[in-house]
Amino acid sequence: MVWPILASAGARDAPCRDVSDLAIRLRGVVKRFGPITAVDGLDLDLPAGTCVGLLGPNGAGKSTTMRMLTAQAIADEGSIEVLGLTLPSDSKVARAECGVVPQLDNLDITLTVEQNLRVFARLYRVPRGERSAAIDRAIGIANLGDRRDTKVDQLSGGMRRRLLIARALVHRPRLLLLDEPTVGLDPQVRQELWALIDNLRSEGVSILMSTHYIEEAQRLADTVVIMSHGQKVAEGPPAALVAEHAGSEAVEVYGPPARLAEVEAAAIERGQRTRRTGTSVSILGLNGGEVPDGERRPANLEDVFVLLTGEEVA
Amino acid sequence: MAAEAVSTGAPRRRRLGRLERSAIEGVLAREIINFSSFWRATTFSSIVQPAIYLIAFGFGFGSLVSTVGGLDYVQFVGTGTVATAVLFSSAFPAMFGTFVKYKFQRTYDAILAAPVDTEELVTAESLWIAARAGVFGTMPLLVAIVFGLDPSWGMLIVPFIGFLAGFGWAAFGILTAAVLRSIDDFSYVTSTVLTPLFLVAGTFFPLSGLPGWVHYASNANPLFHTVELVHHAAFGFKIVDLGHMAFLVGFGIVMWRLAIRYMARRLVD
Repeated sequence: MVWPILASAGARDAPCRDVSDLAIRLRGVVKRFGPITAVDGLDLDLPAGTCVGLLGPNGAGKSTTMRMLTAQAIADEGSIEVLGLTLPSDSKVARAECGVVPQLDNLDITLTVEQNLRVFARLYRVPRGERSAAIDRAIGIANLGDRRDTKVDQLSGGMRRRLLIARALVHRPRLLLLDEPTVGLDPQVRQELWALIDNLRSEGVSILMSTHYIEEAQRLADTVVIMSHGQKVAEGPPAALVAEHAGSEAVEVYGPPARLAEVEAAAIERGQRTRRTGTSVSILGLNGGEVPDGERRPANLEDVFVLLTGEEVA
Repeated sequence: MAAEAVSTGAPRRRRLGRLERSAIEGVLAREIINFSSFWRATTFSSIVQPAIYLIAFGFGFGSLVSTVGGLDYVQFVGTGTVATAVLFSSAFPAMFGTFVKYKFQRTYDAILAAPVDTEELVTAESLWIAARAGVFGTMPLLVAIVFGLDPSWGMLIVPFIGFLAGFGWAAFGILTAAVLRSIDDFSYVTSTVLTPLFLVAGTFFPLSGLPGWVHYASNANPLFHTVELVHHAAFGFKIVDLGHMAFLVGFGIVMWRLAIRYMARRLVD
């Protein structure tokens, strides 16, 4: 039996395609749902072997973008290329080389860890002779060796998430699409998954990750794309984005609401940027200007995020 | 754009076709592995249910009516309930199973992220349910043999009849799940479509006693064609069976294509 996809996978080390060393290339992509424009003219590049983080509040169009990359949503306008293949026409070939970790757990809960991986090894056309080894490898990645025959509904949330990631890796994809990979998990589990994802990137897997956890983007992404209302509002390495939009340092002033409003107004008058941080006001973009007394701290990606996507989430 | 024009150095990847065997096998493998966890319950009910029908109707009615159209009542019901068993083991699992898989478990989201298209997904699911209907649809016949039905060579074709009818009903169930918004709405379909078709199929009483228009309308009922085919498989084929067969093939094809179309609409934004 011929396995066209795997045959092509063998050629993956061949020096190749010029257009791209881009694993993902989006140009002018628009996706509407009735009156709502979920993605509004998005351009996006994912250089092969890097990790791009799509950062944005809920409803910014991150998940819709992810679904368009597997042709589970079809763009109304614009062009999409994944691994050099044009979507949606060649989506199936592209999907064979992508691993997808969805935001919502869709494991088969009545099946065991191993059975879940076996099903996906088949769906992703891992050749018969390599299936067992691929499953063992995936179980190793998920660190679920002692849970091999445990049914999914008996696993903890963190284990299920690890299995979900392992399932996406069973066929050794070149591109990994992670939609909110650590949503709803304990900090410990989250860090464990970060280590796993970082490790994959160091092995050369291209990764597109959507998240609304700023720390996640800051730690894992080579490039962060900030989205708001379906559009890209900023793009760059996390540190560069911070330097560009928030400067190097912020002063955080605490006080009662009336005092905060005063501080805010004065700063704006001086041409500085501010953001509310719950119980305080942060003054950004100091540029050596005058500032009231407060707690000095380095500016961070969260400052950029709030400055660019607004204080209130629609 | 010039760069794209010279991108011929790209590794040649065969464009994958429609209805690929490996995609269908992958979806079937998932179903088979799942089935291994609940086949006992399904098999049990597939045997007990026709046995109850035979006891209740066969001996209940059978004591009032000894023969129907020249057949013993047990023979008449034992063969007729094959169609019922096919319906119950295909339309219902397809309706509920599909709804659960795409809405609650989001299984279809995971499958469509893999190199599988909606067409392959729906085809594989229908084939799998049809295969089950072929096996479980034959159970009433086996039970009826225990109750005194004489085996005949023609009966060997009954699993195939069950498969054929089951394929159409499976696709019908998938179509229903794709069209309806809520699992509660299934009862509209059950009460207005399936129950009437089920009762007026010539399973429990012959249609000859009913008004002419019912007889005429029953030609649009796949269950009627299934019942006729099974009766004739057991007691001798007639030329009209080609027509019954053709109807079931047409029913299967129409439902299959409709199920694909509506499921794609539901699964792909």
